[in-house]
Amino acid sequence: MDIQTWTWILVGITFTLYIGIAIWSRASSTGEFYVAGKGVHPVANGLATAADWMSAASFISMAGIISFGGYDGSVYLMGWTGGYVLLALLLAPYLRKFGKFTVPDFIGDRYYSNKARIVAVCCALLVSFTYVAGQMQGVGIVFSRFLEVDITTGVIIGMIIVLFYAVLGGMKGITYTQVAQYCVLIFAFMVPAIFISIQMTGNPIPQIGFGSSGADGVYLLDKLDGLHRELGFHEYTTGSKSKIDVFFITAALMVGTAGLPHVIVRFFTVKKVSDARKSAGWALLFIAILYTTAPAIALFARTNMIETVSNQPYDEMPQWFKKWETTGLITFNDKNNDGIIQYVANKEANELDVNRDIMVLANPEIAGLPNWVIALVAAGGLAAALSTAAGLLLVISSSVSHDIIKKIVNPNISDKGELVAARLSAVAAVCVAGYFGVNPPGFVAAVVALAFGLAAASFFPAIVLGIFYKKMNKEGAIAGMVFGILLMLFYMLKFKFGVFDGGKTAVDALKKDWWFGISPEGFGTVAMVVNFIVSITISKLTPPPPKEVQEIVDNIRIPSGAGEAVDH
Amino acid sequence: MNSEQQKKYWKENLKYLAILLSIWFLASYVFGILLVEQLNTISLGGFKLGFWFAQQGSIYVFVILIFVYIKLMNSLDKKYKVNE
Repeated sequence: MDIQTWTWILVGITFTLYIGIAIWSRASSTGEFYVAGKGVHPVANGLATAADWMSAASFISMAGIISFGGYDGSVYLMGWTGGYVLLALLLAPYLRKFGKFTVPDFIGDRYYSNKARIVAVCCALLVSFTYVAGQMQGVGIVFSRFLEVDITTGVIIGMIIVLFYAVLGGMKGITYTQVAQYCVLIFAFMVPAIFISIQMTGNPIPQIGFGSSGADGVYLLDKLDGLHRELGFHEYTTGSKSKIDVFFITAALMVGTAGLPHVIVRFFTVKKVSDARKSAGWALLFIAILYTTAPAIALFARTNMIETVSNQPYDEMPQWFKKWETTGLITFNDKNNDGIIQYVANKEANELDVNRDIMVLANPEIAGLPNWVIALVAAGGLAAALSTAAGLLLVISSSVSHDIIKKIVNPNISDKGELVAARLSAVAAVCVAGYFGVNPPGFVAAVVALAFGLAAASFFPAIVLGIFYKKMNKEGAIAGMVFGILLMLFYMLKFKFGVFDGGKTAVDALKKDWWFGISPEGFGTVAMVVNFIVSITISKLTPPPPKEVQEIVDNIRIPSGAGEAVDH
Repeated sequence: MNSEQQKKYWKENLKYLAILLSIWFLASYVFGILLVEQLNTISLGGFKLGFWFAQQGSIYVFVILIFVYIKLMNSLDKKYKVNE
């Protein structure tokens, strides 16, 4: 059977599975819709969190980024896993004990102020919308590349599926579909990795193959370092980013991960505080399987690719090269007309451009694996994108129906009315996300990376201080959040988009002006520190929080008595 | 639980956090970033040690840290009878 038939079959089976789960797990109350009735088992929650967390970017792009960046790619590996340590130790158990539905709920109650709640809702919406647009785009890309439908049709199919189980099942439906999606995506990621690891090193475990030698007895990493030197690239194992930038980007990604509302909200779905801790552990374990494999894939793919194309005649290129050339993801421009591919670091002499997403999407073809394995990658990419999109849509819809409608606009709304509002806002959110998926504004990709900086600069300090610093008051928290997110937005606009210096073209020239040599991606760390300083200073100058609030803080520090989620 | 015990429980919790987060910082920021060149002179099979920490070791350490935390907190909860 050819690749396309296989892809239709696998995508069809997995989609049927998701819809079946959605019908089986419909939500009948707001508690079920927002937090799955708080009855999810920690291992299931760990699986769901892992799928929720690992997006199209983790599945499709990350190995490719590492493949081209080498050591530089480590910021994503450490940043997107280390954040779970912060989540498990500093946030998850206390937020679960607090026992409400959303992150703005916590901010609003802990800081006894609807202003704080509104600031938190705005931050949550800003972060989630930028992120979800990227996911829908990912769905469209997978569909268009593997099934040869156009991107718009792909996005619409994805929208209908997400709409179906997010609107019907709410958090309950999403949780159990995410469990299934994790299984699909990890299988799809690991099978090619294991095949290729065996091919290249004889060892079936990619994490070990990563540090092994090939058939010629040379360690793969040493060999690739050598190839890189020869072609003029920086060494694979050392990288090109400055140490301070690596440090700050890693920190921004870690703290941002811990501050992302769609991840935090997953810890509200378990029965008790100790289960919240356990789910964080399971989630990271499941995530680590993919995250420790990705750098191995990156190495295998990079070595394979250089050996296949570098200084080889264009006419003798294998089938996959031609196929991906037609999609525009590989472009060859024979500058010196010798019919041989020169792939080198020097931009003037380089004749080959390779899109980094290919490293995962085309990897099985490059390694000559069977057709069903290639089709599996498409199903996995869709699982990764859909699971994250659904989690984000839930945050958006609960922000609207719970934090805005129920808490601010109409507190007397009935549970049934709120559930209808939640479903309607989910529908609206899917449509907006779909629109951005079809017409991606140029800034989406850039902003997705910066969503972490925004989350780090806004939520993380307010939540951590709310738990660990009893005297923290509303004046401090609001000032900190507003100042932190504005500073981050300013730095982003100035250095990522060149808004104040004549637009995007000015961005490269502005690099030398980066504060302390820190890139916009790493600046979230600075904004977070500023948020902490502003929050603490202001809170020292203004009256302490009322006694009831200090009692809330005492109460969330003790795990017992978490009970059911109470709707105030 | 009276407030005296509550304070003690919280203090012990903070002590665990300090220790675990120091290890977290060491495995990623110190071994994987700050001292990466020095560690790269040592090799671990086909890996340079600093590179290994940045792309593999730190992640293993993170997973272990959370499970150690779960164990520590479960016994702390039992000790102060705040478990469920």
